[in-house]
Amino acid sequence: MKQTLLFLLTSLLSIPAFSQSDSSFFKRIPADTSKLKLNMDAVYNRPFLQMGKLPVSIGGYLEANSSYFGTDGVSEGLSFQIPRMTIFLSSTIKKRIKFLSEIELEEGGKEIGIEFASMDIELHPLFNLRGGVLMNPIGAFNQNHDGPKWEFISRPISATTIIPSTWSNVGFGIFGKYGRNNLVWAYEAYLTNGFDDKIIANEENRTWLPESKKNPERFEESFNGIPLTTVKTAIRHRKIGEVGISWMGGVYNKFKEEGIVIDSKRRVDVFAIDFNTTVPKINTYFNAEWVWAIVDVPVSSPSQFGNKQQGGFLDIVQPIVKRKMFGWENSTINLAFRTEYTDYNVGTFDETGENIYDHIIAIVPGISFRPSTQTVIRVNYRYHWQRDLLGNPAARTAGFQFGFSTYF
Amino acid sequence: MRQIINTPTMKKTILLGSIALFIITMVACEKMLPPAPKDEAVLAGTIPGLTPQQEHEHLVGDVAFGKIFTPEQGLGPIFVQTSCSNCHAGNGKGHPTNVLTRFANVNGSIVDYLLSKGGPQLQQSSIMGYPAEVIPGEANVLSKRMAPAVMGLGYIAALSDASILANVDSNDVNGDGISGRVNYVNPTSFFIPQSIHIANGGQYIGRFGKKAEKVTIQDQVVFALKQDIGITSDFDMQDLYNVQAGINTGDNVADPEVSASFVHSLVFYMRTLKAPTRRNADDPDVIAGENLFNQIGCTGCHKSTFTTAQSDIEALSNQTFHPYSDLLLHDMGQLLDDNYPEGNAKGSEWRTPPLWGLGLAKDSQGGQLFLLHDGRATTIEGAISFHGGEAASRRTAFNALSEQEKKQIIKFLESL
Ligand code: HEC
Ligand code: HEC
Repeated sequence: MKQTLLFLLTSLLSIPAFSQSDSSFFKRIPADTSKLKLNMDAVYNRPFLQMGKLPVSIGGYLEANSSYFGTDGVSEGLSFQIPRMTIFLSSTIKKRIKFLSEIELEEGGKEIGIEFASMDIELHPLFNLRGGVLMNPIGAFNQNHDGPKWEFISRPISATTIIPSTWSNVGFGIFGKYGRNNLVWAYEAYLTNGFDDKIIANEENRTWLPESKKNPERFEESFNGIPLTTVKTAIRHRKIGEVGISWMGGVYNKFKEEGIVIDSKRRVDVFAIDFNTTVPKINTYFNAEWVWAIVDVPVSSPSQFGNKQQGGFLDIVQPIVKRKMFGWENSTINLAFRTEYTDYNVGTFDETGENIYDHIIAIVPGISFRPSTQTVIRVNYRYHWQRDLLGNPAARTAGFQFGFSTYF
Repeated sequence: MRQIINTPTMKKTILLGSIALFIITMVACEKMLPPAPKDEAVLAGTIPGLTPQQEHEHLVGDVAFGKIFTPEQGLGPIFVQTSCSNCHAGNGKGHPTNVLTRFANVNGSIVDYLLSKGGPQLQQSSIMGYPAEVIPGEANVLSKRMAPAVMGLGYIAALSDASILANVDSNDVNGDGISGRVNYVNPTSFFIPQSIHIANGGQYIGRFGKKAEKVTIQDQVVFALKQDIGITSDFDMQDLYNVQAGINTGDNVADPEVSASFVHSLVFYMRTLKAPTRRNADDPDVIAGENLFNQIGCTGCHKSTFTTAQSDIEALSNQTFHPYSDLLLHDMGQLLDDNYPEGNAKGSEWRTPPLWGLGLAKDSQGGQLFLLHDGRATTIEGAISFHGGEAASRRTAFNALSEQEKKQIIKFLESL
């Protein structure tokens, strides 16, 4: 199965190589930047290549980087990674019926996953149907995570460990959009398979939502027969920016076995808000997301399994040079700065009334060079402080990352 | 995107500036990585003189010590914590959130550890969908224990019984008010006596645990795996279950849940963790404090120096070390009496805890101090004020010192 997929992918990948000699075979369809776009649209608004008259378009991106990190005086040395390569396929099957998929090869092909594979049936701008493997619309990053869009090499911690981006599941739902003048409003609402009890039974020593991603069976059947509901709504004003609010919730444990009730239904609920804007004239770009997770952890779990988590990030990107460089029109150099905070266990110890720590604070200054909006070459310096449950002296990790990411 | 910064000179400056900045940072690479904390500031690291293979084996044990057990790997079904290092964070002392509870029914001299009711230890945590244990109604005494630091245990394990017995003064023949004695306990089924051990009617001297109820590190490790984490090993195949939920319920993972080699790695790790390194030993206040500590007779129990016997780990053979403990049981008076006997130790009897590492205790207890067997004392002075029984006269002597002298003793203790 994995081999067939790999074969398919490599054959698909070799197509753009042929296109070098026959430029008329492939037509570049740039991302549509004319309309007001939301984070939710990210998946549907990527640059694609159209193959001749074929009804299928193809796209994708690659990320590659090197890093040099050390923790408390112990360095891991220099290493190189290809964290992911992604291929998108899209086609319009018939008028108002669309297919879109995203296949991701992680860690050099060790893991191949269908991030996304859905069919849309468009009925009315405000009411459309979507089914298949969906990206749950929670926060902004989960749906808008393409490497080339970011000035930072590491993904935000809260968006990958509280919201387990990239978090996609099998299900179906509805979506719609309404736009007028300088405003656009949209919503998405889905029912999908969801979490399982590994979010507590794991080797991370804390409540850990990403653990459910390790369960491949969630693409086959629900862990407990209760769907995960995800709802997002967002609004963008051309001048002010975009605000999104989202919620995802469901039951994560097996409360029944062969009809016998073995536990109460335990919920996991995740709330997120996201915001982004570009300051006119100076073009400073702000992008932020904050997330809260509330998990009904059994009282008989030790205190490291928190029932509340929160975290978020703020990215500031300032273009400082924009002109023709090395023969590329409109290339830009950006200064970028990220601050992020993730608290895996919000609350106090019953025994002492003292704060429960288990948190990470990180700052990431960086510089990026973009020959075009589709390609980024970036350097980051990252410093992060991680404190354990009890708040003992923080483990400090810092290092440099250098890499690129590009659509193809 | 629109035009941003426009003057050509400015653009050039910024471009050159950025490139220069980048080069400088790359060159400064090493400098911009966080430095290692000083060796003396952490409770990790190996005893000096290990071979590279032993260093490697120590690292294997380190991983085992930090291993988080999941239900799939046999955790529970009832347990206290999910790994050794959750209680012994950074090899240091525990925290009130991880205190464990033992229970028994004590009626005069008859002690029932309520083994058929889930005794001797409470497992207040459980895996998903399985009920945690509650203390059975029959229990009338509880003993709360906070995890001790586990540094330098290899030296203690390498002592000969004779060197421990040398300090015994059961009938206080020397008339100093202190009458330390050993705890003779029944050995475990897997105990193999070494040349250092001296049998006494089939029983052996316990040296580990707060009441010196475990003869070897391995006894303690096997007990901890099962009673603290719910993990069976080759040395104890009977898994825990919650008696209140029904016999043999809960955990369907094949036993043993860890191999003998896993247990040996843990034991090796414990044996080869270095003793805490002293800080500020040359500070005049510290030296004055140490003299006072000797003068007022704290060393009657907190003995500074021992020398190990021959050991199968060469680096532990004939080594002099400074635990500040005689490893003997002492009657500490009513305030510290938990009415819970263990082996031959009575409720009021506790093994003198080594004081090494005391100054680093805060770094594993979340910046606070929780001292004594159950963590009740939040300062060193507080811990001293609970000393009664055999130690009462030393406490009185401490209280009679000037503020300045008390500070010096505390400074000395913090340098350990
Ligand atoms: C629930 C918390 C907890 C866990 C988990 C735990 N310990 Fe302990 N540990 C303690 C306590 C409390 C004591 C004192 C025990 C006593 O008084 O009997 C102790 C004592 C010890 C000692 C003896 C120290 C001395 O100075 O006497 C060793 C060795 C030890 N533990 C090793 C381990 C290992 C190895 C593991 C993992 C298999 C482990 N512990 C897991 C709480 C814990
Ligand atoms: C009779 C023996 C004895 C004498 C004398 C004695 N101690 Fe102790 N000490 C103990 C015992 C036993 C404990 C552990 C009691 C407990 O855990 O409840 C202890 C605990 C301590 C602790 C807390 C250690 C920890 O890790 O929790 C400190 C500090 C301490 N003693 C300092 C002193 C000082 C200072 C003196 C002299 C004034 C002194 N002791 C005299 C037996 C003694």
